[in-house]
Amino acid sequence: MRYNERELLSLARQPAEKAAEIRMSVPKKGSVLKKRLVKLVVNFLFYFRTDEAEVGIGPLAGVWEQQQLCQDLPGAFSLSLAGFIEEPERKYCFECATEEQCQEWVEALRRASYEFLRRSLIFYRNEIQKMTGKDPLEQYGISEEARFQLGAHRQ
Amino acid sequence: MKLNERSLAFYATCDSPADNSGFLYKRGERHTAYHRRWFVLKGNMLFYFEERDSREPVGVIVLEGCNVELCDSAENFAFAIRFGGSKSRTYVLAAESQAAMESWVKSLSRASFDYMRLVVRELEKQLQEMSRGLPGGCGGSQDAAGPWKPKPSGLEQCRERLPALPAVLPKENGCAVWNNVPGAEERPPDTSGCGGHDEDEEGAPRPPPLPPRRRVSNGSGTARAGAAVAQSPSTFCRLHEQYSREVARLRQDWQQKRRGSQP
Repeated sequence: MRYNERELLSLARQPAEKAAEIRMSVPKKGSVLKKRLVKLVVNFLFYFRTDEAEVGIGPLAGVWEQQQLCQDLPGAFSLSLAGFIEEPERKYCFECATEEQCQEWVEALRRASYEFLRRSLIFYRNEIQKMTGKDPLEQYGISEEARFQLGAHRQ
Repeated sequence: MKLNERSLAFYATCDSPADNSGFLYKRGERHTAYHRRWFVLKGNMLFYFEERDSREPVGVIVLEGCNVELCDSAENFAFAIRFGGSKSRTYVLAAESQAAMESWVKSLSRASFDYMRLVVRELEKQLQEMSRGLPGGCGGSQDAAGPWKPKPSGLEQCRERLPALPAVLPKENGCAVWNNVPGAEERPPDTSGCGGHDEDEEGAPRPPPLPPRRRVSNGSGTARAGAAVAQSPSTFCRLHEQYSREVARLRQDWQQKRRGSQP
């Protein structure tokens, strides 16, 4: 599949919502946990090899809503690939230094989904509309967009 | 850079709703010939397929940090997706009608996660400012385990659905979740109802506890209240009474609707 690699690389270098060196393994047979610099930028998760300058980045394509994010053992969480939820070995596994760090990551990843943002937007819009009787999206000219309508999106 | 292609392909073709879709002509990178492709926009990713029923996309354009503009082209209804870098490629696309072009330009220019986050933050701020303007309440905070912003307010507060008023504005898009599937509410049980009441000043049903800063001194909370700034204690009390009744009524309506929609 073709993709705009240059832009993704540029995105990977931008300030992250969250970044840390965590031990992780990739969904491949025989894959072991290795320390990687993991960076969450918008709805993309990048990881870098720490001994080399930004090589071997692999975004998880920010499709959290289609992926299973679960906390396994204390201090560890995993991301199942979309479409491979049936296959337990098709997971990215992360092992954090502390339980607290793990929970922070899980929470950050949960909120990194585009779908989460969309739902938040709809929520706030609705709340403001209830309080003021006015649609706050009108000022942005996006009140008619289908993607912001109540009931428009199902998961 | 390795990309999770199978995952992407799954996302592109699964039945989650698209934000826009349709045929567009895409100009080739090296050759200037246009190829007709089926485009699907989901979130901040624009996928393109050879055919409408192709099993996987030919490619994807990640839309963070781009500008969408009309462009001069021999092709009618042409527009471009431009990125910032010097070596970045510009994607030139052409629609089949003026209406289609406008629709695509609109949806693509607002597709980025960044843009969405900006709008959400702005709305969140508006809602907080409105809540602050009502002395009668809205000092609720949410349980960290729920889908709400996990901002510890440090105080035992009534767990309302209105967002908490954190002392520091959040740096990230910590936002409330609203399940907009009709007829179903996906909220965790701990955000329903009130955790407790400390004060019962207004005499209205289920009065909320006052937010922390108002406990310290009488007037400090109203200093930021905008329209609710009072000139004197008696005016303040009157406004306080008035607003709190209104908020209590709204909250009741709201909760009734919620109860009514729960299975």
